[in-house]
Amino acid sequence: MNRRTLLTTAALALTLGTTAFAQDEEITAGFIYIGPPGDGGWTYEHDQARQKMEAHFDGKVKTIYQENVPESADAERAITQMALTGADIIFTTSFGYMDPTLAVAEKFPDVKFEHATGYKRSDNVSTYSARFYEGRAVQGHIAGKMTKTNKIGYIASVPIPEVIRGINSAYIHAKKVNPDVEFSIIWLYTWFDPAKEADAARALIENGADVVLQHTDSTAPQAAAQEAGNVITFGQASDMAEYAPMPRVSSIIDDWAPYYIARVQAVLDGTWESTDTWDGIGKGMVGIGEISDAVPADVKAEALAMKDAIASGEYHPFTGPLKKQDGSDWLAEGEVADDGTLAGMNFYLEGITAEIPN
Amino acid sequence: MLRLEKRPQPSQLWTVVTPILAVFLTMIVGGIMFALLGKPPLEAIKVIFWDPLFHEQFAAYSRPQLLVKAGPLILIAIGLSIGFKAGIWNIGAEGQYIIGAICGAGVGLAFYPSESVLIFPAMVLAGAAGGWAWAMIPAVLKTRFGTNEILVSLMLVYVAQNVLISVSSGLLRNPEGMGFPGSRNFKQWDAAHNAELIANTGMHWGVVAAFIAVIGAYMLMSRHIMGFNIRLTGEAPRAARFAGVSPTRIVFFCLGLAGLLAGAAGLFEATGPAGQITGAFNAGYGFTAIIVAFLGRLHPVGILLAGLLMALTYIGGELAQLMLNLPGASIQLFQGMLLFFLLATDVFTNYRLRFGKKGLV
Amino acid sequence: MDLSSINPVLLIASVMVSATPILLAAIGEMVVEKSGVLNLGVEGMMITGAVVGFAVAVSATSPGLGFVAAAIAGALLSLAFGLLTQYLLSNQVATGLGLTLVGLGLSSLIGKPYEGMKTPTLSKFEIPLLSDLPILGDMLFSHDVMVYFSLLLVAAVWAFLKYTRAGLILRAVGEGHDSAHALGYKVTQIRILAILFGGACAGLGGAYLSLVRVPQWTEGMTAGAGWIALAIVVFASWRAGRVAVGAYLFGGVTVLQLNLQAAGADVPVALLSASPYLITILVLVIISARGVHGAPASLGRPFHASH
Repeated sequence: MNRRTLLTTAALALTLGTTAFAQDEEITAGFIYIGPPGDGGWTYEHDQARQKMEAHFDGKVKTIYQENVPESADAERAITQMALTGADIIFTTSFGYMDPTLAVAEKFPDVKFEHATGYKRSDNVSTYSARFYEGRAVQGHIAGKMTKTNKIGYIASVPIPEVIRGINSAYIHAKKVNPDVEFSIIWLYTWFDPAKEADAARALIENGADVVLQHTDSTAPQAAAQEAGNVITFGQASDMAEYAPMPRVSSIIDDWAPYYIARVQAVLDGTWESTDTWDGIGKGMVGIGEISDAVPADVKAEALAMKDAIASGEYHPFTGPLKKQDGSDWLAEGEVADDGTLAGMNFYLEGITAEIPN
Repeated sequence: MLRLEKRPQPSQLWTVVTPILAVFLTMIVGGIMFALLGKPPLEAIKVIFWDPLFHEQFAAYSRPQLLVKAGPLILIAIGLSIGFKAGIWNIGAEGQYIIGAICGAGVGLAFYPSESVLIFPAMVLAGAAGGWAWAMIPAVLKTRFGTNEILVSLMLVYVAQNVLISVSSGLLRNPEGMGFPGSRNFKQWDAAHNAELIANTGMHWGVVAAFIAVIGAYMLMSRHIMGFNIRLTGEAPRAARFAGVSPTRIVFFCLGLAGLLAGAAGLFEATGPAGQITGAFNAGYGFTAIIVAFLGRLHPVGILLAGLLMALTYIGGELAQLMLNLPGASIQLFQGMLLFFLLATDVFTNYRLRFGKKGLV
Repeated sequence: MDLSSINPVLLIASVMVSATPILLAAIGEMVVEKSGVLNLGVEGMMITGAVVGFAVAVSATSPGLGFVAAAIAGALLSLAFGLLTQYLLSNQVATGLGLTLVGLGLSSLIGKPYEGMKTPTLSKFEIPLLSDLPILGDMLFSHDVMVYFSLLLVAAVWAFLKYTRAGLILRAVGEGHDSAHALGYKVTQIRILAILFGGACAGLGGAYLSLVRVPQWTEGMTAGAGWIALAIVVFASWRAGRVAVGAYLFGGVTVLQLNLQAAGADVPVALLSASPYLITILVLVIISARGVHGAPASLGRPFHASH
């Protein structure tokens, strides 16, 4: 007997039992979190969206979640247990859950799965992610205009395409308005370590940066910038408005709520299908936090204009002519980057002096 | 005044009674904590201890998962316990576990995508060898220079973690992984996959190895001269030396064995339940195994039970999060309490409580 | 690559800030280990100090009170360890690991309401005259008061162990508890005091993280600092002065690594991050090869008077 079929049959029997139990009253949506909802960044926003979604459906949808699920063997168990509790749709909100999500999905063909930031799909697994680089373009513009030292610091987490895309996007837009701008990039190899993030922000500031961008999740760099005085920062993942108007002059907000509402609605309607969603400012998945008064009015107006142009699809942040760091051509005049290349972006653009570590 | 008096021999009765007492105490204090958090205490305790085993909806899945979670803990703890018996304090099993997984995975990936049946055995051997080699560092330093193995093995955990981060985004990175860190997924490569041996039982080679290790350790410690020498070295080092037991040999044997088992456990985990080498695949098994070793009173059968109990609180804790929305932190606290009570009540195994004037304590 | 952008004055000043939490925790742990007890729960005590310090500082709008509360919280948690290991004779390694588990869980429960809040922080205390010195003034004498306190504490511990009778007794207990007991010293009580001191110091170190260095409360914010403190004690071979050197070295490697990256140097991050631990092992080997066993002879061994 084939092991796989045996497994599927057993799992099928399990699912049949569980879904019958859940559907009597309402739909259950489950969430798997990489961190605690109190991290103030990534997980916080997913949890906010979960609550908004639950409120939106006003009792029709029950939500459950599990926090601090490591990207190890524990992930597969956590997702399976969630499917067993009768969840009808499960959102797994970190890249490292990719293979576990697919493995569990195979065993529960009737449960819908939504994996954030991944690239593997199946009949009952969708993927979704946000075009954060659109927000980075706006940040880059403000940063390039506002820097006086022409040095912009960038706290990067782990060298994956999403982070590299953000650096590139911020860099080319800063460079466009300020040809003398330089980027200092620090790789922390962690998404969340407040002490290290604070140290990194200080190191950048001490090396002359007066703008600090971050791709890590805590508000520690904001606090460090505030202490230093004349430094501006941008909120990451969540608004971080408690640091406005200075140092935080704007932010990129991950707003997952519209997506979660739409997907759960699709389950309720029976119209759910496996898709690949990569939305940006236009669909509201990437929000630009209020640009504070610390930004001069003309810069603010330009930034908002850029935001609108991106939202309407009129402008793509990666529009040629653009060259790669080694000087080779990437995009010709007027050419726009294709999603495939962007999804796997592992090169810097011309002008960045650092190298991508590996 | 109360005082403790050492028993001539550890009490058989208390060896059995204390764990039960500790679990009971944890339930009471933990229940109070859950009540303070505004959750139904009895319900929470039931979800943690009962549901993973008997809940009609979950148990079919949770029971095998107990083995999956307990397997590496038991395998590592067995190796550690033998060293602890000899007074050799290897607390760096986490590092040996990581390096074992890296070495084993590396050897396997070098032959990708071969489907030879030799791949998996070769990976297991390489994993065990990797763990062994990592444990040999404190062993050599201890025997050659007298360097404290507690500290060296602990420092090497941090080194191993840095190696892990480096290889998972460098040397072992999946070339088809779209630039993300992490190795290839072994579950999608049959020759290297440590799959369940019988479907839906949770039994994979790592669990089998853990059971063999329990039996092997029992035989070693109770039947074999080496086991006797190990205990003698731990209990009476001077006597051991007079009896001609070489301390150097004991150090090499104990650290080597612990490293071997931890390394193999790492490989089984990476190729089985975890599926790939990533910066986070290790999940702290090496440290938890120390707790398991002590909970099991350093006895093979005790470790087997302690590993299962620990796994039960993990899985039950996850279910409690899921079903009762208990914060994950309260589960951590609950496990800490269980450990404290087990350690606290253990005193009655070796000591007798006496009422007397002379307060020696 | 242009390393000239690194300003040595600022670099050293930030090393001092980033080293202070681990210095505080390490000097406390050193005293504990000197008494012959190995408490691996530093991480748990630090994070408890971090959250309690933060909560009190926010509620009382006084960072000073926050530090006091953090020290008390750390000491209370360490008391649990002390009671278990000293009176109930539990294994120190396992109990210490359990303490970390308890501390991490407890802190995140306490800290839930304080997430995302801001705290009053310590102002810089410029030492009169000295802070006016060129270069050195900004580098060394314009810090907050806890930085100086941590260094004074190191000096005090050094003097205590070297010159006082109580310090001598503490060391005697750590070197051989049976003989110390035979001489009539109360081994268990002395160790409990040392453990409490270690807990208080770890609590202060944690509070320095949440009140000054970061400053905010986030779950899991110590992120391994307690383990580094343990490494520093070993690195220092149980000497107070070297604890300071070790803490500054560990803090220094991190800050230097970040600064090199900020200046555009291509640094092998993993290697640099691992280097303090490799150096510690090397130091251990050197001191033990010289035949001087730095570690207190009774370290980690349980003591019971009836032996």
